Amino acid sequence: MRAARLSVVTATAAVAALTAVTGCTEKGSSEGGDRVINVTATDSKCEISKKEFPAGHVEIAIENKGSKVTEVYVLFPDDRIVTERENIGPGTKQKVTAEVKTGDYRIVCKPGMRGKGIRQAVKATGGKAVKRDPRLDKAVAAYRTYAQEQADETLPKTEAFAKAVKDGDLEAAKKAYAPSRIGWERTEPVAESFGDIDPKVDVRADGLEDGQKWTGWHRLEKALWQDKKIGGTEKTLAGQLITDLTDWQKRVGTADITPTSMANGAKELLDEVATGKVTGEEERYSHTDLVDFKANVEGAEKSYELLKPVAKENDATLVTQLDKQFAALNTLLDKYRADPSSYDFVSYDKVAEADRKKLSDAVNALAEPLSKLAAAVAK
Amino acid sequence: MTDDTQETTAPSRRALIGWGGAGLALGAVAAGGTVAMTRTGESTDDAAPAGAETGAAVPFHGAHQAGIATPVQDRLHFAAFDVTTDDRAEFVQMLKDWTEAARRMTAGHAVGEGAYGGLAEAPPDDTGEALGLKPSRLTLTIGFGPSLFDRFDLADRRPKALVDLPQFAGDNLDKNRSGGDLCVQACADDPQVAVHAIRNLARIGFGKVVIRWSQLGFGKTSSTTPDAQTPRNLMGFKDGTRNIAGTETDRLKKFVWVDSADGPEWMNGGSYLVARRIRMHIETWDRTSLQEQEDIFGRDKGEGAPVGKAKERDKPFLKAMMPDAHVRLAHPDSNHGSTILRRGYSFTDGTDGLGRLEAGLFFLAYQRDVREGFVRIQRNLATDALNEYIQHVGSALFAVPPGVRGADDWWGSTLFSKEA
Repeated sequence: MRAARLSVVTATAAVAALTAVTGCTEKGSSEGGDRVINVTATDSKCEISKKEFPAGHVEIAIENKGSKVTEVYVLFPDDRIVTERENIGPGTKQKVTAEVKTGDYRIVCKPGMRGKGIRQAVKATGGKAVKRDPRLDKAVAAYRTYAQEQADETLPKTEAFAKAVKDGDLEAAKKAYAPSRIGWERTEPVAESFGDIDPKVDVRADGLEDGQKWTGWHRLEKALWQDKKIGGTEKTLAGQLITDLTDWQKRVGTADITPTSMANGAKELLDEVATGKVTGEEERYSHTDLVDFKANVEGAEKSYELLKPVAKENDATLVTQLDKQFAALNTLLDKYRADPSSYDFVSYDKVAEADRKKLSDAVNALAEPLSKLAAAVAK
Repeated sequence: MTDDTQETTAPSRRALIGWGGAGLALGAVAAGGTVAMTRTGESTDDAAPAGAETGAAVPFHGAHQAGIATPVQDRLHFAAFDVTTDDRAEFVQMLKDWTEAARRMTAGHAVGEGAYGGLAEAPPDDTGEALGLKPSRLTLTIGFGPSLFDRFDLADRRPKALVDLPQFAGDNLDKNRSGGDLCVQACADDPQVAVHAIRNLARIGFGKVVIRWSQLGFGKTSSTTPDAQTPRNLMGFKDGTRNIAGTETDRLKKFVWVDSADGPEWMNGGSYLVARRIRMHIETWDRTSLQEQEDIFGRDKGEGAPVGKAKERDKPFLKAMMPDAHVRLAHPDSNHGSTILRRGYSFTDGTDGLGRLEAGLFFLAYQRDVREGFVRIQRNLATDALNEYIQHVGSALFAVPPGVRGADDWWGSTLFSKEA
């Protein structure tokens, strides 16, 4: 975790919230006319009253004529959520309004509130459409899926960790600690874009603000490794961790992800490694820094691989460099685990200063060209 | 720490030449002149005395690299690098990129596309902290260490003079502050300009080279401009009274520049650089009586005059000094006539764990042949009385190639572009 720094993802999210899209629920009167889209949702269909509407303020009037509870989304082509309405019961009506810019969108009904849903393509017309590269939309959509998967996989692992803590089983809790963090570490820039979750789950003692209560993984890490005891407070905190991570899991889909924020997010993951893991500060009690290290690199590599086809067209030399440096860093990391399929890494307090410098050098060698990836996809 | 005053030269003729040279230097800079020196080492606009125009630019192109015979600036950031890439072409490209960046920075410009105004999504090419600062006489000087020649099939191109330095009496070398495949010496009158230069070169080098160690220096301890006041080291003594001056063509040719007769061909016009981090035991030195301090150096503390003489530049009478006096042992007369061009800086890296000043001299010396220069003199200093108060804790040696000749030339071109 990084001490309060405005990440690119957060910054873009803030701007987007102010200018691009404002989703909110309105219970009052409707405007009617061409700014209203009627959505009739059933268990198998998602009927819409119009496929085109003028850009600007629009209202989605939903009626659930099916037998299942449903939810309705308006999505960007890259699956980012413009606005949504959950828990629409059978036979009920709901209204959602949004400020929509010129461009293509999808309206999605999810009967039973699961799966990919039933999709309808719609278009907001008028004004100048923002040109989008469909390959980049695909990359963002794929990354969004990845981020969601990481959150989905993190919960059961953290539940196992929390259970061990609640059972007072010190050894089992220690064992479950590092694996529970992998999904979070892989997608940290996205996770951190929800400014309120990160300080609850991933803050370190030195990152606490005056008067802030210390909660989350690292508070439990200290209890397990340094204090070597689990008390009532720790058991409560384990439950709180699950609650906070469930919140994250629910909101991952709403994260504002763009090709440039993906690229810069990859670089930020390497920054995390450079400032927290290489120094051994992140996991100062458990010394499981190399697990986080690997997860950060994996997350960065995922973004990179998805953006690579476009980046290669714009800057082939950069792609060659990045391929080489990712491989070099992964090879170096593999020296610290016996089995390349496990996350059973050498304890970081056993890594000598000279070897830490080698890791640091390899991180710098990768992070410097990685900082140019955003420019290569923004061209 | 050596002192090789060998004769009395009243500050008359040379000083006048020096000042005349300064006038030329300013004229040349104003006119955008770039050639610093001719092949034979006849210096022209490199003779600007310290303080004449500390904001000006020092020409980057020339027969010799700037930062050796050119006037010594006030500040230093010295960095030793290790090579990490196995790809010769990639390394050569980095040398070219470094040269272009050095060309821009020494002229007072930002690196690449600058520090702002570029793509908002990408980090700027230049880091920006030198924006608005003058060129500050920045010089950037590159050197190649012995270990570089273990790479890229360069073994047969290693100069014979690029020896592995022997162990000297009293050496307590930290390998983390020693050696290096290559080095860059950044000198400037503004420390921020020097640090900016190393930082940006290191950034360009990521993935190809890594910094092995680096050293900041804050006060020059030798000058190449004898008409200016002789600087003092942290022991409070004038140092380098009779250092080789930038205007002394003959001594530069004889003691500093590698000649075509010396070989190898690619080093013609280059030099050899010895860097030594010399820690001073400041606290014990400060408790030493004035008499003992002066006996140890062989000069008086106020004027800097040799024992028994009245003026700093009076010719020393070595036999009047204690047998283990520093000046006596370091003098060319005690070393078969050997002398070296010193360009060292004082350093203070805060305090150590025992509360002592972590301070001393970052000794830099250029010479035509290390075996006849530093090695000979340092061996002779084995009995130096000063050794009780100093300790050599870091050491490195580099072959410094000749200067970059023009816009198409690059650092190391003579080593890498032609095969032997």
